[in-house]
Amino acid sequence: MSQTNKVIEMKGITKEFGNFRANDNIHLDLNKGEIHALLGENGAGKSTLMNILSGLLEPTEGEIWVKGNKVNISSPDIANQLGIGMVHQHFMLVDKFTVTENIMLGKEKHRFGFMDQDSAEKEVQELSDRYGLRVDPRARISDISVGMQQRAEILKTLYRGADILIFDEPTGVLTPQEIDELMEIMDSLVKEGKSIILITHKLDEIKQVADRCTVIRRGKSIDTVDVATTSQQELADMMVGRSVSFKVDKKPASPKGPVLEIKNLTVKEARGYDAVKAIDLEVRAGEVLGIAGVDGNGQSELIQAITGLTKVESGTIKLDGKDITNKKPRKITETGLGHIPEDRQRYGLVLPMKLEENMALQTYYQKPFSKHGFLNHKEIKEHAKRLIEEFDVRTPSEEHSAASLSGGNQQKAIIAREISRDPALLIAAQPTRGLDVGAIEYIHKRLIEQRDNGKGVLLMSYELDEVMNVSDRIAVMYDGNVIAVVNADETNEKELGLLMAGVSLEKAHEQVAESNGKEKETVADTK
Amino acid sequence: MLTQNNNRLNNLMVPILSIILGFVFGALLMLLFGYNPLTAYQAMLEGVFTNPYFFGEALRQATILTFTGLGFAIAFQAGFFNIGVAGQLLVGWVSAIWVALTLPDLPRIVLVTLSLLVGIVAGAIWAGIAGALRAYFGTSEVVVTIMLNYTALHVTNYLIRNVLSTGNTTERVGESASLRIDWLTNLTAGSRLNVGFFIAIIVVALYWVFMTQTTAGFEVRAVGLNPHASSYAGMSAAKNIILSMVLSGALAGLGGAIHGLGTFGNIFTQSGLPHVGFNGIAVALLGLGNPVGIFFSSILFGVLDVGAGFLPNRAGVPDEMASIVIAAIIFFVGANYLIRLIMGKLQSNKQATEGGE
Repeated sequence: MSQTNKVIEMKGITKEFGNFRANDNIHLDLNKGEIHALLGENGAGKSTLMNILSGLLEPTEGEIWVKGNKVNISSPDIANQLGIGMVHQHFMLVDKFTVTENIMLGKEKHRFGFMDQDSAEKEVQELSDRYGLRVDPRARISDISVGMQQRAEILKTLYRGADILIFDEPTGVLTPQEIDELMEIMDSLVKEGKSIILITHKLDEIKQVADRCTVIRRGKSIDTVDVATTSQQELADMMVGRSVSFKVDKKPASPKGPVLEIKNLTVKEARGYDAVKAIDLEVRAGEVLGIAGVDGNGQSELIQAITGLTKVESGTIKLDGKDITNKKPRKITETGLGHIPEDRQRYGLVLPMKLEENMALQTYYQKPFSKHGFLNHKEIKEHAKRLIEEFDVRTPSEEHSAASLSGGNQQKAIIAREISRDPALLIAAQPTRGLDVGAIEYIHKRLIEQRDNGKGVLLMSYELDEVMNVSDRIAVMYDGNVIAVVNADETNEKELGLLMAGVSLEKAHEQVAESNGKEKETVADTK
Repeated sequence: MLTQNNNRLNNLMVPILSIILGFVFGALLMLLFGYNPLTAYQAMLEGVFTNPYFFGEALRQATILTFTGLGFAIAFQAGFFNIGVAGQLLVGWVSAIWVALTLPDLPRIVLVTLSLLVGIVAGAIWAGIAGALRAYFGTSEVVVTIMLNYTALHVTNYLIRNVLSTGNTTERVGESASLRIDWLTNLTAGSRLNVGFFIAIIVVALYWVFMTQTTAGFEVRAVGLNPHASSYAGMSAAKNIILSMVLSGALAGLGGAIHGLGTFGNIFTQSGLPHVGFNGIAVALLGLGNPVGIFFSSILFGVLDVGAGFLPNRAGVPDEMASIVIAAIIFFVGANYLIRLIMGKLQSNKQATEGGE
């Protein structure tokens, strides 16, 4: 490949924060028209590297060449001028503005001092058609789906003339269908001559769209490989630095009596609609019940009702045989509930507080952590040290703030805290969101362990793989109803996908059988 | 690596640099108007530190500021902006005087304790109203405490004119209700410095114990830093809102009671809310919510307050200059982002030169 074919070359990039090397002599090059995956664990230095490329950080050492010229990207403006655009993980959009207004923000079109909405809208529409980025230019951001918001974000970079696009963990917030659409969009962008860097730790996505993949681990670039000739297992091992298992290793469950009994439960969401509609659900001791469903079908409200954070409209919830309907969260926690919340930074931790204080966030008022209203700092510290050791939470010390930990280690800290209270029921909501395979493997193992100790586990996840791998039974939620409960080893992705879309269980059975039949007609039956 | 120690040092640097910049700003302003800043600052410092009376007065002022500062800080820690410290101080003040005038024949220790307690309770109730409204109805504590400030002012004036006296000033409380003690008065050449100063030091220690050593303080901190995670962990937001506001008002009320029994010995009608209330906010911000920091900030403000009196006579500078210095210090504390930015640049420059071998 000739030199000029490379649109970006990052040579020997090193970035130090104090004594800490976030990037250590990293090399990365991007060919024109390729999708180049950047793979690494949480905290491996991917974001630092990309922040350097997009002008938010300056490297301590190293050179960046863009389209054959050595450049100094000292600000996001310069990155913009060089045609580098970033599609952020957390969208940078103004909720109350329309798609068009957001896209032209900072580059407003105007005529005689007045905003020229019409021609901007036309331009957005053209871009949208050209790349297959379906959006409604006049819709307000707050009214459109997450997938469409992301497309608006992509259009924003294209509108600014970017031909090198950085996608930062773009699929974390998307539904499976939206992910497929995004993959197609990325393909069409590349066909139009754009080049893409895809930051991710989802290996199947890399296999699906990327041409090459650069793996970084602990700030160092490990290797750059051709995706076609490298297996997912090899990629994972390279990223983590040891052999990783994808398959959740578990014995068949031996469930006993129910720990959670939900009868006829209705919960309203903030705006007054019924978010959970008269559902029945049971979790037994010694099993993992998975809740599958597309985001926004009542899963969050269900969990909030169980944990006492939302008022129950009608129906009953029993935990370990005791009625906990509309009890205070503390009462429910004491009855035997552990909760790994969906948004760990907002609901799981008090980030500015010390890790040891976070480890005692629910138990500080109990012995031995306090006596007569006075804290026993020694016990709190000892407790934190034990959990850090046992759950392998990577932190310089228990006195560091929770904020100083990486996402995976924050999650480990929460899981350590929740499991150490030995709850009869553990609710894990999206427990591995945004985590890398090493951490995911660990967390799944812990959930199964909890099950094997005869506890109930309620796992809510938007990741179908996760629900299927970890659960023993799966409840599918659609539009506030539990439309089916199936055994994990008797179902498949297709069936669950249909159920998640609101198709009834019988119809889903039929359709799956039908499509299997078609496959059998075209492909020789191998069984 | 950014270590904890380093952070702590940086945290300390913000108020110190703010103070320095505040004085520099004041000096520039004085130069601009043709005054000599060195003479001015010298007059202030010499005035306060070479005369035991004025030094005593500065500490006396610092005493009250410590209470209002701690009062503001405790609500602030829980995430609330109690702008009603002045009003709570006033109700504490009038209540304590009322008790002292009503029961003059009680033994001194009983009367003083009782008066202070009543002042504490009055302040606590006054702030508790705002806390309860916030907790149960979501009413902004800022608006409610501002309104309660004026209510406190006019209720107090009414009580003075109609209940406690027939004029604009009450009688002085008797010896049995006074916080002044002879040796302290003599030591400071007759200043109004009183036992309140020692109570302030004890309360500073208690504040630290409460915040760092008790489960209640743990809750207040957790709720203030992240109310969502705290309620997920089973803490009651409503309880902590009310608790922190009640404690806030209690501290302000105690400050008011000490102001009454120690500084003045009576209460008089006022045209506006006492400045020590609002300066408490400034003291708390400069002290960064740390009780010891608040104590030293109070002393600084006490010195500036009393020292301001020397500006016109000894340096020919208007005494408002001291207020400008105070305002500038608060400005720079508020603009701590600017200071951190400058410090960050300085540090990275230093590293760059060290690293560039």
